[in-house]
Amino acid sequence: MSKGIFVVIEQVNGKVQNVGLELVGESTRLKEDLKDDVVAVLLGHNMESQVDKLFHYGADKVILVDDAMLENYATEPYTKAITAIVNEYDPEIMLFGASSIGRDVAPRVASRVKTGLVADTTGLRMAKTEAEFAKEASMGCTDPTRALLMTRPAFGGNIMATLMCPRTKPQMATVRPGVMKRIEKDTTKTGELIKFPIEFTAADMNIEILDVVKADKKSVDLTEATMIVSGGRGVGNAEGFSYIRDMADALGAEVGSSRACVDAQWIEKDRQVGQTGKTVRPLLYMACGISGAIQHVAGMENSEVVISINKNESAPIFEVSDLGIVGDLKVILPKLAEAVRKYKEAKASN
Amino acid sequence: MDFKLTKPQLLQQELFRKFAETEIKPIAKDMDEAEEYSLDLVAKLQKAGMFGIPYSREYGGQGADVLTYTLAMEEVSKVDASTGITMSVHTSLCCSCIDQFGSEEQKHTHMRPLIDGTAIGCYGLTEPGAGTDAGGCQTVAVLDGDNYIINGSKVFTTNSGFADTCIVFALTDKSKGLRGLSAFIVDLHSEGVTVSANIERMGIRAASNCEVIYENVSVPVANLIGKEGMGFKIAMVALDGGRIGIGAQSVGIAQGAIDEALKYVKERKQFGKTINKFQNTQFKLAECQTKVDAARLMVWRAAVAKDNHEAYSKEAAMCKLFGSEVANEVTRVCVQLLGGYGYCREYPVERAMRDAKITEIYEGTSEAMKMVISGAMKV
Amino acid sequence: MKIIVCIKQVPDTVEVKIDPKTGTLIRDGVPSIINYDDKTGIEAALQLKEQLGGTVTVVSMGPPQAEVALREALAMGCDDAYLVSAREFGGSDTYATSGILAGAVKTIGYDMIITGRQAIDGDTAQVGPQLAEKLSIPQVSYVEEVFEATEEYVVVKRQFESGYHKVKIQTPCLLTAIAELAEPRYMSVRGIVEAYEKEIKTIGFEDIKDGLELDMIGLKGSPTNVYQSFTKELKGAGTVLKDLSVEEAVAAIIQKMEDKFII
Repeated sequence: MSKGIFVVIEQVNGKVQNVGLELVGESTRLKEDLKDDVVAVLLGHNMESQVDKLFHYGADKVILVDDAMLENYATEPYTKAITAIVNEYDPEIMLFGASSIGRDVAPRVASRVKTGLVADTTGLRMAKTEAEFAKEASMGCTDPTRALLMTRPAFGGNIMATLMCPRTKPQMATVRPGVMKRIEKDTTKTGELIKFPIEFTAADMNIEILDVVKADKKSVDLTEATMIVSGGRGVGNAEGFSYIRDMADALGAEVGSSRACVDAQWIEKDRQVGQTGKTVRPLLYMACGISGAIQHVAGMENSEVVISINKNESAPIFEVSDLGIVGDLKVILPKLAEAVRKYKEAKASN
Repeated sequence: MDFKLTKPQLLQQELFRKFAETEIKPIAKDMDEAEEYSLDLVAKLQKAGMFGIPYSREYGGQGADVLTYTLAMEEVSKVDASTGITMSVHTSLCCSCIDQFGSEEQKHTHMRPLIDGTAIGCYGLTEPGAGTDAGGCQTVAVLDGDNYIINGSKVFTTNSGFADTCIVFALTDKSKGLRGLSAFIVDLHSEGVTVSANIERMGIRAASNCEVIYENVSVPVANLIGKEGMGFKIAMVALDGGRIGIGAQSVGIAQGAIDEALKYVKERKQFGKTINKFQNTQFKLAECQTKVDAARLMVWRAAVAKDNHEAYSKEAAMCKLFGSEVANEVTRVCVQLLGGYGYCREYPVERAMRDAKITEIYEGTSEAMKMVISGAMKV
Repeated sequence: MKIIVCIKQVPDTVEVKIDPKTGTLIRDGVPSIINYDDKTGIEAALQLKEQLGGTVTVVSMGPPQAEVALREALAMGCDDAYLVSAREFGGSDTYATSGILAGAVKTIGYDMIITGRQAIDGDTAQVGPQLAEKLSIPQVSYVEEVFEATEEYVVVKRQFESGYHKVKIQTPCLLTAIAELAEPRYMSVRGIVEAYEKEIKTIGFEDIKDGLELDMIGLKGSPTNVYQSFTKELKGAGTVLKDLSVEEAVAAIIQKMEDKFII
């Protein structure tokens, strides 16, 4: 019988990535219902130092495949290793980060072991009620009490779909980074380390990695930005945009603007959001010192989350904001940028 | 008769729409302000095949029909009427003279580069002293061995600021008046050709529209289109076709203004509600769209007649007369719907209203259209 | 080089709205387009063809209406087009789709396959790699640049979150394209005229059934099934906080960002 919640841990340059720890955390929650072990699968070279961390964050077991061929990510060696683990252990569930690595290797593995894969999920839970069991059984599910319900956005987030993988194992999903929560680190916790050697041949490396380059992110077009920090007349002058830029830098966001600032030449025209500028739909839109004239709102009202800061409590921007703060951006933004940086550091340091 | 575009025409329309939205709209205002047409845009238009739409592939053209060409004119003019006239003068006026009256050799040597996207053409008929009355033409062409020597000046020559080839109408026999007019294919890079700066205008300000002086310009005999004395006929036939393009341009200007107004009235709030909730707004827009649809059908009728090689002179004059009036009326209404913002240059309806005026003037004034129509009616 | 580009016709999601009463997608009047990444793939393929010679074949699995997407690809300059379409294929998930596409491209023949990274309606990014697996050929996904191309191999830039790999891959192979790879050209007027003079070939169930896992295609055979779908909760009226200290304001914003998974 299939057993175990397996998490494929992503590592870059020998360092475990956050998304892996998030998935281990989520797996401990699934375990409350499923009662199976949480098994972290760690692939790489000279990775043993990272194993304890996985225990500390909730893994019951760690399967380590340590091989020079796995030092840098390449599709085939990773696929081969993970497939071998699936064939050996027959997991009930297998999770990957929906990163550019996870989304490359997971479909390859799913296809090879002939099972389904749900992409870019944002919610996972075990079926619990009789009604749910019945519905799953009606869909051909062989074992409804162990069925994983996987929820994901589709159509650009306009609609959510819950999927299941009723007839084949493992039930596989990639999970969007940043969505699941890690559990509190417990440095006393240990577990079972399983070293799992794979016989690689030269033919397994069917591509040649000529160079590995680290690069900073480039500035992107506002219409494609996932986060935008925008400044309006309230920033006061061109120099005032340094508050906006610093905040954007802290978040990894792009800088936007209302028309007034473009006209005043405080900022370039391509940063303008609104009726005569760009129409944006980021995950986060922070409107700072923007009153929210209809001409501006027309360009940003489809943003997922709007947070605004304005001195004037009757500013119309508050009507379209999820969170509005009545206050001075020049006071709040520096503190907020500092807090965001600290928050991120804390998260990165695991 | 089903009044529906074919699948290829629909896909062409999508191409034109996307091209206009992506490549033209973002720079239209800047070009208008600078009173200068972007040569970069010319190159992009050439690459997409926009300068040879209704011409045969045999000569390097795009092989589509006249109706498709009107779709292109409408879509580009929705966002920028200057682009409309740039394409129109090249396509309907310059190239059509060679296509309809030129020799096989002229089509291969002179028309091919124009319609395959390597050269730009213009059309020189109007002179300072000869507008609607082409009989006032003063430019002369004198035969000298294997060449004609052209002297004179033409005004309002659209595209002349960057064009390579011009169809120049000049008198080869002054004594015959209009019957002494002949049409020549003139290389604008020739010695003796001087092009003025862009003439300052009210609308279509981005279009290149200059005075061109011809001073002892030598043109090979081989560049005479048809025969001596055919010039007036060639000019008029080209203008007949051109009017279909201007009709389509007018429809585009008007539709573009409606589209902008429609967007605006759903966002603009007054008296506690968006202004599209007011009946005045609804009725004004309903009237505008009805007129634009009528004008468009007239344009299509003329285009289909031309595609079917039927007589279309009257239909072309009608679609231009009506279309240009609609463009002026509709853009005025749309500016009014946008109120104070409509009057501001930040919003494109202001430009549309300025651009609309010329459609009642060029390629035959509204009055000239009525002469053509009433003449065809044998009034 | 014989290149196959797999494309998907998708609704322009920017235009997709939800009916507030029924909670279903309003598809009426929503224009269909070639998926963005796929269009990038077409452009990349055309550029490779211009450099190396050969042909670009475009393949789309979908209903008969997907024809217009194929015509558009032809109008951009692709040489020929195949529509993979059959009742038996309807409702396929990514596993099933990649199996069917594998059957189709095998009958066509190829040196290289290019797909978009992901489609804007499903956003799975799975069909490309799954297709490569079904064909047992190597893949590079998230390709953002082609450094070098020959008949035997290509050298590409493979994007990661934190940088890139420069990768050499032998043909036959599969690449998945991201937006940075190429700026898709426009169709040309002439291209459209000629696109409608060409025949779009159809690959149906009977044409490829011998090579398919017959119990793993279509709605019934797909290993994943939709359990339920629902619209996201509508945004409620937000809160406006005033008279906060700076610390309180910062805490409120951080909390909101955390709740919404922004940081």
